[in-house]
Amino acid sequence: MNRVRAIALTPGAAVIVVLFLIPLAITCAYSALTRGAYFGLGPPWTADNYRRLADPLYGMVFLRSFALAAASTAICFLLGFPLAVFIARSGRRKNLYLHLVILPFWTSQLVRIYAWMFLLRETGLANGILQALGIIRAPLPLLYNDGAVLLGLVYAHLPFMVLPLYAALERLDPNLLEASADLGARPWTTLSRVMLPLAAPGIRAGAVLVFVPCLGAFLVPDLLGGGKSIMIGTVIQNQFTTARDWPFGAAMSLVVMVIVLVLLWVGAGRRGEDLL
Amino acid sequence: MQPVLELRGVTKDYSAHRAVDDVSFTVQRGAFFSLLGPSGCGKTTTLRLIAGFERASSGEILLNGRIINDAPPYCRNVSTVFQNYALFPHLTVRGNIEFGLRRKGVRDMAGRVNAAIDLVRLAGKESRKPSELSGGEKQRVALARSLVLSPDVLLLDEPLSALDPNLRLEMRAELKSLQQKVGITFLFVTHDREEALSLSDQLAVMNRGRIEQVGAPRELYLTPRTRFVAGFLGSINWIDGVGVRPEAIRLTRTAPQNDVRRRRARVESAVFLGNRLQVRSRTGAGELIVAEASHSEELRPGETVHLWWTAADELVLPPEPQ
Repeated sequence: MNRVRAIALTPGAAVIVVLFLIPLAITCAYSALTRGAYFGLGPPWTADNYRRLADPLYGMVFLRSFALAAASTAICFLLGFPLAVFIARSGRRKNLYLHLVILPFWTSQLVRIYAWMFLLRETGLANGILQALGIIRAPLPLLYNDGAVLLGLVYAHLPFMVLPLYAALERLDPNLLEASADLGARPWTTLSRVMLPLAAPGIRAGAVLVFVPCLGAFLVPDLLGGGKSIMIGTVIQNQFTTARDWPFGAAMSLVVMVIVLVLLWVGAGRRGEDLL
Repeated sequence: MQPVLELRGVTKDYSAHRAVDDVSFTVQRGAFFSLLGPSGCGKTTTLRLIAGFERASSGEILLNGRIINDAPPYCRNVSTVFQNYALFPHLTVRGNIEFGLRRKGVRDMAGRVNAAIDLVRLAGKESRKPSELSGGEKQRVALARSLVLSPDVLLLDEPLSALDPNLRLEMRAELKSLQQKVGITFLFVTHDREEALSLSDQLAVMNRGRIEQVGAPRELYLTPRTRFVAGFLGSINWIDGVGVRPEAIRLTRTAPQNDVRRRRARVESAVFLGNRLQVRSRTGAGELIVAEASHSEELRPGETVHLWWTAADELVLPPEPQ
């Protein structure tokens, strides 16, 4: 019996070891090594990479990234919740709408970001329409700023919020909402006292699924922020490409990971629940 | 006395069909009133119209003489016990019972909640979550949650159908005694004729969105106005176009002497039901007649029996319109 169990668990364990534990161990090792003169890395072992992170410059980048990721998560929730409610209530059309939500994933994220650049740039569609309608004279600076980055992050991650919210709301017994109204609750009270508490697992899952990738995003801030809106993801990516400082990039990745884990832990521990 | 609830020509149309068709009835304060009918007859929709979950297409719904057609559910002093109870899973028993009182901003909430918990015998289980309760306990929380608000009418949507048979009988008795204790008007929706007959002061039989007849249980059973009511409230034989209930038919081995309605028939089956024997027999003309005999009778299939009844046992009713 134990042998059967061991054999059955092997593929899963192998995936975890090969795809998660080994890369993590490599990252840990890299973060404590020294960069090579031209490329690559090697001994001696050092904690210098972590010490360099104490520079307030990186602290600012961390804070900016957290703020942008938090704002993206909040906006995704505000947009995604009504959308998920709508989909959960649309009966036979549910599947159609769900497919529409995930439709953007069928094309590369890079292509979709370029599409936004075409829309937002000074000679782009948005400015063109506004000028043609006479609402503005000079084109608005829609691209290469924090607003554009926020827009891009929300756009890219909205489905990750909508899907878990939908899953939670779809399970919600409509009788509970009727019971709430029946017992004297007005619509907003039903929302806050019944719907939101019961959708909490979906909200939590959606928040994590949006917040974490937003924190590490590098394509969106790079392309829509135009290098002016730096986030941790961009800095880390630079270490592995142009700066060719892998140990520093690895150290930064690990610090971000630890911070995210601690945040999740604190959030879950407060309610005595599982991490996700 | 002004009825607590009155429906006047209430109709509910959905795109494809008419769920409730010109329904009118009045419910007196403190009564146990049942809506009885087969599934899909519109009884639950009628209940939902009264609760405010659906809007009537036409007609008027009056609560205490005031038209409430346009009032949202949270502005109507009626409360619903749902078929699946619809207890809030994230709240405790106490939290569920407090829910309505909090919305009303009632003072002395604890006193009223405790009284409600005692009423439904849930003391000691206040801090459980619904998932930790049995079916009967959930039922009682649902009742307490609504009763604590002292609604003008308590609407019950097949509240016993989710319980297993023994518990159902027990809860049936409890429901009746509860209603008598609190004196609140109950509007009870069910497809179970025994429930409706045993619990109700007044009973409305519904079929295809329409009310067939309203009256006291005895009145409806003994003097049904339509074949549907006669057939839904109890089994009935249709012999030459008149209805005769199985328990009205006597069964003897020798031909009766007096001047009565009679048939000679051959026994097809005799099923022992404990307190009685249910005998299915067929006449020479091919009519199937179900009768009840004493359980001490020994009848075998193929035996010839005489079935007889009196004119007073016959229900003469117009045929059903198609």
